[in-house]
Amino acid sequence: MSTSPLPAVAFLKIPDDGDPYLEGSRCGSCGATFLGQRDICSKCGARAQMATVQLANRGELYSYCIVHRSFPGIDVPYVSAIVDLDGGGTVKGNLIGVEPDPAKIDFGMPVEVVYDDALGRKDRDGNAYLAYFFKPLT
Amino acid sequence: MADAYIIGVDMIKFGRFPDRTVPQIGSEAALLALDDCGLTIQDMQALYCGNLGQASGMVGQRILQEIGQTGVPVVNVSNACATGATAFREAWTAVKADLYDLVLAVGVEQMGRGLLGGGGGGSGISKEGLLGSGTMPSVFAEAGMEHTRQHGTTFEQFAKVSVKNHHHATMNAKAMYQIETPLEMVMNAEMISYPNTKLMCSVNVDGSAAAVIASEKKARELGLMDRAVKVRASVLTSDPWQERDLVMPDVNTCTRKAAAAAYDMAGLGPEDVNLIELHDCFATAEILHYENLGLCKDGEAGRLIDDGEVQLGGRVPVNVSGGLLSKGHPLGATGIANIYEVSTHLRGEAGKRQVEGARIGLTHVIGLGSACGIHILEKAA
Repeated sequence: MSTSPLPAVAFLKIPDDGDPYLEGSRCGSCGATFLGQRDICSKCGARAQMATVQLANRGELYSYCIVHRSFPGIDVPYVSAIVDLDGGGTVKGNLIGVEPDPAKIDFGMPVEVVYDDALGRKDRDGNAYLAYFFKPLT
Repeated sequence: MADAYIIGVDMIKFGRFPDRTVPQIGSEAALLALDDCGLTIQDMQALYCGNLGQASGMVGQRILQEIGQTGVPVVNVSNACATGATAFREAWTAVKADLYDLVLAVGVEQMGRGLLGGGGGGSGISKEGLLGSGTMPSVFAEAGMEHTRQHGTTFEQFAKVSVKNHHHATMNAKAMYQIETPLEMVMNAEMISYPNTKLMCSVNVDGSAAAVIASEKKARELGLMDRAVKVRASVLTSDPWQERDLVMPDVNTCTRKAAAAAYDMAGLGPEDVNLIELHDCFATAEILHYENLGLCKDGEAGRLIDDGEVQLGGRVPVNVSGGLLSKGHPLGATGIANIYEVSTHLRGEAGKRQVEGARIGLTHVIGLGSACGIHILEKAA
């Protein structure tokens, strides 16, 4: 079992010395941004042009839905959000710190990416995980 | 290339058949389609079989093991919710290529209950409800909310789609449900993923549909042109690169690309289409496709449903079968069931829900991940 939390997804990076961040790839040929590491660009097909980039911790809410029915053990309601990060990259995650009510959620609202324990979820080996969440910027 | 025609087509009444096997369910539609044109399985030169749940289970061969092992080529097809349309298209392609004169396409599915998608995969911990939601109701709710963002489309407008399609299904004995669902009932149903309530989600049902496709020469030789339906266009697209597509599946661009290609292939435009069966897997999705298929300008989809232009009796009726929302959505069967519906109208055999004077119809399906299949059909002259 790991003594420190593991990343919930591969594109969440936890440096030994420094704050966690989301990692992406940017195509040196066409500029397309992707989540995580990859070698080939699916926009233009360029090979070996990908550069690893640190994605921004700020962005804006592009779209969302409010989940009321999920699988057993998952707390509802919650907001599933699509966020466009400043400088490129689109990420899906939970929007927290806002009422799950369409009247309280504005398209385009600025959000920040925050990092926290993965809602207490652990794998079979008992490892804890670190996840990312979106929070309205006030 | 000579034209290809649908000469036999049918579907079973959608329902839940836990005591039957997938090949048994598929065989029933296959025999109905063969009976529709008075042919037998011995007349078929190839079988194209669409199924998702048993994609590695040789469902096509097992159908022939039920109804006639003739030794013909069998191709099993899996392409998410575009599976049935893809099987049909493969069959059409073979006839267009002059490989065969008579082929059978079958789509069949036996469904479980509950939410689809969101299962995650990979190692570690479940991501559902941790990093947003990947269930189908959520994915299509987010696609609908994108439309709300762009055009101000309301929850009520999305809900009206479900009212309309359930109403249509009351006239379709082969639909899973024949019940009226007034607006307040739809809007007050259990919220699944806002803005989709339970009545705005397609019904998980078992079902099958099948079509016999013939070359023009063979259709004429058999004297079957009277009820034949001409395939004016058959198009399949995948998802072209879009900024958010890998995170937020884009069902719009692949549909627009397919629609443009299909109208071009058929040599006509959306204004020439008399009825449409489109992929209303969720009420939100139907709204998007009014614009994607060119029924109205961008931003006018809400008005289209408000004004009743897409209901039976309107300018271009959409999903008069009841759609996936009420007829039901057996994933692999849906793409051929839609073709059955449009063909039935073109033949003037749709009874109470008949779109009067229908001459041209369009079918559309989306398989998330993504595939878009569009067919444009015309009553044979």
